[in-house]
Amino acid sequence: MDGERIAQKVFLLAAVLSASVTVLLLVFMVILGLPLFQGGLFLRILTHPWLPGRQLFGVWPMIVGTLAIASLAMAVAFPLSLGVSSLIAVVAPGRIAHLVKSAVAFMTGIPTVVYGFVGVFLLVPLVRETFARGSGLCVLTAGLVLGILVAPTMILFFSDALARVPGSHRVAAEALGATPAQVLVYVLIPGAWRGIVTGLVLSTGRAVGDTLIALMLAGNAAQVPGGLLDSARALTAHIALVIASDFDSLEFKTIFACGILLYAFTAAATIAVRRLGRKGEPVR
Amino acid sequence: MRQPPLDRFVRLVSWGSTLLLLASVATVIGFLLIKGYSSLSLKLVFGDTPPMEALLLRRPVFGGLFPAMVGTFSLVVLAITLAVPLGLAAGIYMAEYGRGRIQRALGLFFDILAGVPSIVVGLFGFSVAVFLHRHFGGRIYPCLLISALSLAFLVLPYLIRTTQNALEALPEAVRLTAPALGATRLQNICFVLLPRALPGILSGVILAIGRCAEDTAVIMLTGVVATAGLPRSLFSSYEALPFYIYYISSQYRDPEELATGYAAALILLAICAMLFAAAALIQQRLGARLHQRL
Repeated sequence: MDGERIAQKVFLLAAVLSASVTVLLLVFMVILGLPLFQGGLFLRILTHPWLPGRQLFGVWPMIVGTLAIASLAMAVAFPLSLGVSSLIAVVAPGRIAHLVKSAVAFMTGIPTVVYGFVGVFLLVPLVRETFARGSGLCVLTAGLVLGILVAPTMILFFSDALARVPGSHRVAAEALGATPAQVLVYVLIPGAWRGIVTGLVLSTGRAVGDTLIALMLAGNAAQVPGGLLDSARALTAHIALVIASDFDSLEFKTIFACGILLYAFTAAATIAVRRLGRKGEPVR
Repeated sequence: MRQPPLDRFVRLVSWGSTLLLLASVATVIGFLLIKGYSSLSLKLVFGDTPPMEALLLRRPVFGGLFPAMVGTFSLVVLAITLAVPLGLAAGIYMAEYGRGRIQRALGLFFDILAGVPSIVVGLFGFSVAVFLHRHFGGRIYPCLLISALSLAFLVLPYLIRTTQNALEALPEAVRLTAPALGATRLQNICFVLLPRALPGILSGVILAIGRCAEDTAVIMLTGVVATAGLPRSLFSSYEALPFYIYYISSQYRDPEELATGYAAALILLAICAMLFAAAALIQQRLGARLHQRL
């Protein structure tokens, strides 16, 4: 019987160790960025512009940059994903749906850096020539590619949610003479809204957390972008760009502010989604 | 037959978005194939060194992708070796032992970890390296081991969840047979449940391998460099395929070097596609087997 007890302890230990990584991640960032939390400095860093010449090291432009790129990506990915998951659910079920779903699943496995690389050499020149302004490295380019990048994950979430609406609801609507589109709009989408919101929130987390696309395609100028064709720097890209600078400088410490901000955002998104999921359970 | 306007609209939107999405992916892959295919060759991988000599590590490779491929390979092997035992054990706990509030709390931590951006995990790895550097004699710098450890943390929540789900998906009849015959809980897990859940776990591991191979954000903070040759030890810097692609996209000096970037992107894409196909195949087999039994 002793082996049983030891095994149980080992499994528990593994689970606790893994969970502690989640906490350690935050603790390490807070400790190394410690001077940031004295005398309201953290707040100043979040709200000031980035002007190293005047000793101002604020990440406000990066917050705006991240929001701009991620919102554009979501504006591209959401309608696209809703369309594709509708195709899978009602418009062309069967063989075509299966094929499309396999292709979408494969897309989730395409390396981010590959999207970025193709973006640099295909989309950037296209944007530069089409709008005849700037270098082509801008919010628009990064947002479009990021939208294509997060769409497959979103589609898998959406079609999962649509497929989980009880078949009896669907059959009842069909028996009343509803067309496939009416079933989708009046039965499936309202019935799956929790799953759709979950997919939306988690994909937003992915868009905000992505590094390579913004780093390679958005131009990385540390300024608040004034339009879609302006260059912008995301929080994630800021971490990658500043990591090589002097370790004790305030400039360097700002990457921990970015890290903490990204951590807080994605953790909040995860907690919100779990709340939503738990509330949804008793209904069924 | 004439359709109502709503139906026409839905058909139009769904077909339109599907074709648009498939076309963009086809463009990405097609573009790489057209630009990269012609420069795929043994010389691209091994430079001017004879392939056999390079593979046996007798002679170094200059100007080829070989060091980056070896770097990525060692990184993946190390990260998976670190992550799989821990992830498997934690997943077994979650599925077979954990109950109530403790299990829910642990689940919350794993979900948060799964959502943390990879650059933040990389920043954590970097911080750990700084910490070790300060407290252990200054010999530790960002290196292969630190990168592998960070990547292990990145895929850990994923491995835990696939293990947990694979175990929880087993039918109740399978779960109860061995205990009814007098098997202990641990015997049931080791000899009945784990073997039955293995295909599910394995496809999760393969997808985790893909994530380790493609991730760039983590390694660029934890020790990857553009030119290092083959990794000499766990504590040395190293080259990696995804970082090479990123580096070339901004730092290429001539069209020839750019061509190697295209080819490297094509190779990485092919590696990830093969891993994906392997995972899908295992899952399909699993599905077929389950249907047979029902």
